[in-house]
Amino acid sequence: MNKKQKKTLIRILTSAALLIFLTVSDKYSSLLKIGAIRFIAYMVPYIIIGYDILLKAFKGIKNKQVFDEAFLMAVATIGAVVLALYSGSGDYLEAIAVMLLYQIGEWFQSYAVGKSRRNISELMDIRPDYANIEEDGVLKKVDPDEVETGSIIVVQPGEKVPIDGIILEGSSTLNTAALTGESLPRDVKEGEEIISGCINETGLLKIKTTKEFEDSTVSKILDLVENATSRKSKSEDFITKFARIYTPAVVYAAAALAFLPPIINIITGGAPGWNIWVYRALTFLVASCPCALVVSIPLSFFAGIGGASNSGILVKGSNYLELLSKTKIVVFDKTGTLTRGVFEVSGIHHSEISDEKLIEYAALAESASSHPISKSLQKAYGKPIDRSRISNLKEISGEGVIATADGRQIAAGNDRLMASLGIEYISCHSTGTIVHIAIDGKYAGHIVISDIEKPNSKEAVKRLKASGVRETVMLTGDSEKVADAVAASLGIDRVCSQLLPADKVAKIEEILKTKTENEVVAFVGDGINDAPVLRRADIGIAMGAMGSDAAIEAADIVLMDDDPLKISKAIRISRKSLRIVYQNIVFSIVIKLLCLILVAVGLANMWIAVFADVGVMILAVFNAIRALFVKNL
Amino acid sequence: MKKSYKIDVDCAACADKMEVTANKTPGVKGAVVNFMTLKMKVEFDEGADVKSVMENVRANCKKVEDDCEIFI
Repeated sequence: MNKKQKKTLIRILTSAALLIFLTVSDKYSSLLKIGAIRFIAYMVPYIIIGYDILLKAFKGIKNKQVFDEAFLMAVATIGAVVLALYSGSGDYLEAIAVMLLYQIGEWFQSYAVGKSRRNISELMDIRPDYANIEEDGVLKKVDPDEVETGSIIVVQPGEKVPIDGIILEGSSTLNTAALTGESLPRDVKEGEEIISGCINETGLLKIKTTKEFEDSTVSKILDLVENATSRKSKSEDFITKFARIYTPAVVYAAAALAFLPPIINIITGGAPGWNIWVYRALTFLVASCPCALVVSIPLSFFAGIGGASNSGILVKGSNYLELLSKTKIVVFDKTGTLTRGVFEVSGIHHSEISDEKLIEYAALAESASSHPISKSLQKAYGKPIDRSRISNLKEISGEGVIATADGRQIAAGNDRLMASLGIEYISCHSTGTIVHIAIDGKYAGHIVISDIEKPNSKEAVKRLKASGVRETVMLTGDSEKVADAVAASLGIDRVCSQLLPADKVAKIEEILKTKTENEVVAFVGDGINDAPVLRRADIGIAMGAMGSDAAIEAADIVLMDDDPLKISKAIRISRKSLRIVYQNIVFSIVIKLLCLILVAVGLANMWIAVFADVGVMILAVFNAIRALFVKNL
Repeated sequence: MKKSYKIDVDCAACADKMEVTANKTPGVKGAVVNFMTLKMKVEFDEGADVKSVMENVRANCKKVEDDCEIFI
């Protein structure tokens, strides 16, 4: 509870106690029967509980901001008091009780929102508080912001890694749960890269930082999550617009309710019945507060996004959470998404020179590329590459590379590269990626590299289908044979193979054209080379984003690890959040309208009105918090 | 130029009012108020004096929503 909440709570309790005291003494004391004393006695709890609302309403009128909740409550309660004076009934209890209940509702709302705000922030709390720097043999705690790139920091067991870097000394097991939502420990040793936000579990690590704190993974993620709810969803926009026109509309309706029936009565010659109609109009105002809607919708989204990020799924905005729930077509990139992207050389065929030599040339030619295929070649070569041996390196996107190594011209790439160079090549019958090598314009054989499916890919596709996805599509630059084999084993509906990066964008556009208006096309990629596609799709999902800035940048939803099961989980989280949002919208509006109608026809009094208002709000807030619980989805 | 400010406000509707008001203040190119994280992100017009613009934003916000605060 903050100071303001404590103060309000004291006011609520004092006012309630006074009110009870007055109601009880009303029965025994004749003093309270005297009009003026009664009025003053009852006004004490009223002022205690409502002074800020009255003041706010007054300031609102002064600043021409008439139609807010404070105004509604002030008019309704003052009106009820005036009515009690005018009719001589002396029944002030109702006005005070209404104000009291309203304040209880507001207090609860502020408390609940504050509490869930803290809970969710705690869930997402991966911010390191300090970094250890060794100075003259003594560890010194400093603000991570002050650590310069290239400094050496020390991370003790149990501490968070504050800044991205490379391990200089020590080995340890890392807990990446805060980043990925999985508690699978990861082993790291000297020379390996380390990502901020992980918790060091076992050994002491000395790390040379490679980035400033601001650019480190942990800062990027925090920034992203903190700003997520700034991007408003359609539902939120709807509620905002609704509230902007709703309050004035209700005030006019109340005015009409107060004046029209009595005037009609006067015209038709009956008794005007001002008392009844003004009372109904005031009750109408009390019943009309839109707080349940206005507070529960953003809270539902916030809770959903918080729950998702706790499972290692970062959603960049409420709008994306909303879109994701409508996903009907999921388009995958193959490499790194459905397959591991860890390639291994599985065969060398038709080699004109020794196998080792062929691999060496291929590795040399591909040495500048970070593509998984190139990496596997370099791995198969096994020795460090002397880059001075290579010159005239030219990369041809979607085909391969041409380079000069040891004075000989090496061309390494797919069928297309060979065709465009006019070199006769031998097609391969094995499934895998084929790298043809030509030396000095002469065919020298090919290397077969194959990729391994991720263990969860098949299950992921199945679950996506089960959660209502209509079609799954796989895009790949790979050959038809490889693509078809993977798609068949995973149960993918449609395959588009042999695509250049630019073709992928065209394909996505094609798919976007075929869908109906309410369907959403999601693209899942690993963020390498497919940033334009991630941007072009309705929803871009990047996976395995730990440490990849490009992916975090381009995607709308970021999966922290590379488990494809997270895709269906993300969709299910979004569905749950949206279901809660719609429940709250429908529930609040229906109850509100029902209440307004009951009030207008005289079936509900002010008590019922304020109970309905506070009750609906409390239920809606509880319902919204449910969006946070997504662990078992 | 973009800056983020901590704010304090009690209800989502009030936060929305602050957003509308901030956007109307001269010198502000765009403003987004996030009720859940209690932050206001302001993008300023080219060459605007951030400090005086923000004081105006705060003053205007106080007009529409008495019970709010922007920590400049």
